[in-house]
Amino acid sequence: MPEIRLQNLRKDYGAVTVIENLNLEMAEGEFTVLVGPSGCGKSTTLRMIAGLESVTGGEILIGDRDVSRLEPKERDLAMVFQDYALYPHMNVAKNMSFALRLARMNKADIEKRVKDVAATLDLTAYLDRKPAELSGGQRQRVAMGRALVRDAGTFLFDEPLSNLDAKLRGQMRAELALMSQRIKKNMIYVTHDQVEAMTLGDKIVVMKFGEIMQAGTPEELYRSPANKFVAGFIGSPTMNFLDAELREEGGVLSATGDGFSIPLPEARKAQLQAHRDRQVHLGIRPSSFSEGSGGIAMPIILSEYIGAQSVLISEIGRQRVAIEVNTVVPIKSGETREFTVQGDEVHLFDPKTEAAL
Amino acid sequence: MSVARAARLTPYMFLAPAALVLAVALFYPICYMIYASFLDWNPSQRIGEAEFVGLRNYIKLFGDPNFRESLWVTLKFAGIVVTLEMFIGVGLALLLDRNIRGMSVLRTLFILPMMIAPIVVGLMWRYMYHPTVGIFNKTLTNLGFDTIPWLSDGNWAFASVIIADVWQWTPFIFILSLAALQSLPSSAIEASKIDGATGWQQIIYIKLPLMLPVLIVTLLLRLIDSFKVLEVILVMTNGGPGLSTEILSLRINRTASEFRELGEAAAMSNLLLIVLLILTFAMFIYNKAQDARAARLRAVEEEA
Ligand SMILES: Nc1ncnc2c1ncn2[C@@H]1O[C@H](COP(=O)(O)OP(=O)(O)OP(=O)(O)O)[C@@H](O)[C@H]1O
Ligand SMILES: [Mg+2]
Repeated sequence: MPEIRLQNLRKDYGAVTVIENLNLEMAEGEFTVLVGPSGCGKSTTLRMIAGLESVTGGEILIGDRDVSRLEPKERDLAMVFQDYALYPHMNVAKNMSFALRLARMNKADIEKRVKDVAATLDLTAYLDRKPAELSGGQRQRVAMGRALVRDAGTFLFDEPLSNLDAKLRGQMRAELALMSQRIKKNMIYVTHDQVEAMTLGDKIVVMKFGEIMQAGTPEELYRSPANKFVAGFIGSPTMNFLDAELREEGGVLSATGDGFSIPLPEARKAQLQAHRDRQVHLGIRPSSFSEGSGGIAMPIILSEYIGAQSVLISEIGRQRVAIEVNTVVPIKSGETREFTVQGDEVHLFDPKTEAAL
Repeated sequence: MSVARAARLTPYMFLAPAALVLAVALFYPICYMIYASFLDWNPSQRIGEAEFVGLRNYIKLFGDPNFRESLWVTLKFAGIVVTLEMFIGVGLALLLDRNIRGMSVLRTLFILPMMIAPIVVGLMWRYMYHPTVGIFNKTLTNLGFDTIPWLSDGNWAFASVIIADVWQWTPFIFILSLAALQSLPSSAIEASKIDGATGWQQIIYIKLPLMLPVLIVTLLLRLIDSFKVLEVILVMTNGGPGLSTEILSLRINRTASEFRELGEAAAMSNLLLIVLLILTFAMFIYNKAQDARAARLRAVEEEA
């Protein structure tokens, strides 16, 4: 199960360039998650790796083999399609075993594998049904099963859980995480759901308009996003962004804006000197707020109680912010509370380039 | 009349004129023909003067070796022609189902034969099959081979009419198969590529099974049609030499105009009609079964 490398990958559809220059390395056995807004080229990238879409330029290397011009079947991979792509005329068992039957595996082995995978996917009762006789979620699980019965070197998943209900999705996510630990294959996984991305990925690749905005471990992306887009994309609830200015008063650099002033740690001072007295975008995660006296007084406009946590919608100056707090007793809307933010938990971005400072 | 009853009858009132036209235009001739098949009727007589002979025409037909030969020729012709056309038509469709430049021009060229009037097709082929100046024999002579008695030998004549029919009607199967192919779910085919299917395996395991409903209807349509060919063979061989290419429709034509046995011709037409009805009925049953299946699937889907 060798590493995968994408080098200067490019894809044009006629005059439209969907992906201009994509470079990405995936280590052996790594679970890579591609995330990004709709239409950013995730499926296109995946389909190029699969060999279903021709490559306009650049190379795809699996191990040392340049596969960019090979047929899909020569690339040793299994794939779960965004639109399931089941064989309408075959029942579930036949759908799942198709690749194995083509590979002339013996009957008893095929049957055993299909049974095992069907059991983990809760599909045992449906093995004799045709795809048209299944619900959307069941079809999606069959699509998943069809890939999982195979012993391919690389697994590609295009939003494989998007049509499942929350409970089933959680269950399948756990199943996938277990499987990826157990079999250690290359996995490339496309999703919209950042919880999936964070929990499954060894590495997350955030894309926008066909470009990679940042690639790294979930922790790296969460703790030190390279730009405002990644900061806003990773983490839930979404990071708050406030307009602010960097001011120095009494030797302390602080981010000051309408209704707040947050002193920044001494360690960042040198690095931020160049931006003194300039505008910045300040990013604060909802979870970085903690209740405490002497902080910013904030009116609670809306309180969403979720159990152990509450998400509060409030305002600083005239800018709306979300706050996530641990709650024992629900906080009521209409109250005003004071919150503090630690200077080492805020993110600063250049207003023009949106790069992290 | 109550309002409800009037409302219930409304659709029938609208249907009535069409039903009337249909009855006159369709049922009248059929009944006429059925009645005629029980008569010993000569074209110089008016129908009222013809003698009623009951089933004699039918009995005579079954005892007539020429009729049996003609029936056999028809079945053989239809079977061979439709089989060849299906294989070639579907094969071509599978071959030409790709988006390369010039393909649309090629596709249009392929369906040209279908648009030529059958009489013209017959004449064209008769000239091409001409023993001395026809293109085939001329080419053979130029290449130093013996000429072939295209239309003058029984076996060759049968093969020749088959070639002409295949030439004319393969395009029909070709365009229907191509349409079916292009409406197949592309994602299922992609999935099969990932699953490791070769081009052949994609065709055998995915494309053909998914095209099957269209192929069956196409086959039945062609089969029905092939029982009714007349003009091309009439022009090319007029049924000969001997009875080698005398298909039923030709024999009916001859019985009526040459042997002047209208009753017998009618009886033969009725037999042909029965064969066609059976085929049509098969198609109808098949469509019904498909609809029922689709409805069942929909019901399951809604419930899920
Ligand atoms: N055949 C095509 N011709 C032209 N443009 C295309 C074609 N296929 C995709 N695109 C464009 O390429 C871009 C990327 O599409 P892609 O399917 O990769 O998006 P995605 O990131 O998978 O989105 P989603 O999350 O909605 O599935 C889109 O802007 C889309 O409009
Ligand atoms: Mg997609």
